[in-house]
Amino acid sequence: MTGWTPSPRQQDRLAYRRRQARRSVGVALASTVAVAGLAVLALTSSPGWPRVRASFFDPDVALASLPRVLEGLWLNVRVMAVAAVVILVVALALAIARTLRGPVFFPLRAAAAAYVDVFRGLPLILVLLLVGFGLPGLRLQGIPSSAVVLGGLALVLTYSAYVAEVFRAGIESVHPSQVAAARSLGLSRSQAMRTVVLPQAVRRVVPALLNDLVALQKDSGLISILGAIDAVRAAQIQTSQYANFTPYVVAGVLFVLLTIPLTRFTDALARRGGWAGATGGLAGAGALR
Amino acid sequence: MSAPAPTPPSTSPSTSPLLSVQGVRKAFGTNVVLDGVDLDVDAHRCVVLIGASGSGKSTLLRTVDLLEDVDDGVILLDGEDITDPRRDADAVRARMGMVFQAFNLFPHMRVLDNVTLASRLVHRVPRREAQERAHAMLERVGLGARADAFPDELSGGQQQRVAIARALVTSPRLMLLDEVTSALDPELVGEVLDLLGELKAEGMTMVVATHEMGFARHVADEVCYLHAGTVHERGTPEQVLGDPQQPRTREFLRRIIEAGRA
Repeated sequence: MTGWTPSPRQQDRLAYRRRQARRSVGVALASTVAVAGLAVLALTSSPGWPRVRASFFDPDVALASLPRVLEGLWLNVRVMAVAAVVILVVALALAIARTLRGPVFFPLRAAAAAYVDVFRGLPLILVLLLVGFGLPGLRLQGIPSSAVVLGGLALVLTYSAYVAEVFRAGIESVHPSQVAAARSLGLSRSQAMRTVVLPQAVRRVVPALLNDLVALQKDSGLISILGAIDAVRAAQIQTSQYANFTPYVVAGVLFVLLTIPLTRFTDALARRGGWAGATGGLAGAGALR
Repeated sequence: MSAPAPTPPSTSPSTSPLLSVQGVRKAFGTNVVLDGVDLDVDAHRCVVLIGASGSGKSTLLRTVDLLEDVDDGVILLDGEDITDPRRDADAVRARMGMVFQAFNLFPHMRVLDNVTLASRLVHRVPRREAQERAHAMLERVGLGARADAFPDELSGGQQQRVAIARALVTSPRLMLLDEVTSALDPELVGEVLDLLGELKAEGMTMVVATHEMGFARHVADEVCYLHAGTVHERGTPEQVLGDPQQPRTREFLRRIIEAGRA
């Protein structure tokens, strides 16, 4: 395809699109500046602003509290990472348990369904309190007493129920004709599940899983109510020390910064619609004029 | 599933058909799809099922492949009652190959893995040998060069040939083909039908549901016209397609010809 030069008509179209693009950028910039300016103006012209600025946005306090809050955030990250792995395993087991057929598996099926019902309905904070203060109260041998472990356990209990439902939705989204094809080859129900249904189901729910991971990341801050010194707890301590709320803002900013890469990754993945050969019909809807 | 009918003593093996469908009934809710179908298929023969959509062609094939339980009646494969719920259905399915209208390839697996899956998991063939057989079968269907492609990188006709290779690679006793060209662009129909013609020439036993009257005329040993859940008319292609006796068969063929499919 050499020797092709755009026709005058095409050159005109390209020039028009370039002009439009430049104009769009200009309009977006102007409107952003206007809106942001108004918001700042409204905030700073409010009567209580000087007080709020002093107690929530004190740069000195922010700098002084940063190391401690960061240290706490590192705990959040570790709890989140370990919990995420356990949650994925438990949730997948729950989802598969609910697909089992046959009378032998009835107790397993029923237990998985009941578990999901209970822990999807219970507020996370209640689970945290019950696990965090109730379990050690039993004084049983081998029950951990660390707030971090108990908090992580509560996160696992609650999130496993949610993620199990995500997996189940994925399993149900695989068209029955895929199972028919697998069974027609002589594969057993479980072989079809393992080699044909699950691989497609998991690929499809990755964006939803990442979304739950983002939620888990910030909910890991709730283990502070059990006394674990995570970012939220560290900020609380710093707040009482300086008699200033800025450490909370610092912790908030750090949590947001932590989730942004993950949410961007999730969005990108959702746009791509999965891996090669596993598109669920999501990809390809390009922007139309 | 209803109580299994006692297995009738089959006639001597030399004359018993490879597949025998006897009085099979299947309803979905109140919709009776198969209303007492009888069909015998001898080894190496090709039986073509024709009929309007909803006449029960697909359901008949799916009950034979045990993808649907029958409500009544018996299906014998090599003289054995495969509708007996005590029989291992997976082992029965492993002896038949089925090809679907929409290909139903596994989109997350490469072509080669689609074709080796049953060999490895069901027939316990070592991986290397399974791959050799799969490569040979892909060569056979003219897709030796596409073994590493994913299904969605292939044309419809190529995908359907992979699906045929996937069903053939474990040497089934019987091939069940369910409108395998209906989802293809017209210019891709020929490559798949040619392949089926070759299979027939090699002696494969086939039951084929199709709207391709040309294929029925040239390849079928017997044509069965299904209507309202029964075999309404059956005979050689010349008889059923050339000189149909039943008014409904004539009407169906007239509409097919008007649609330009003959």
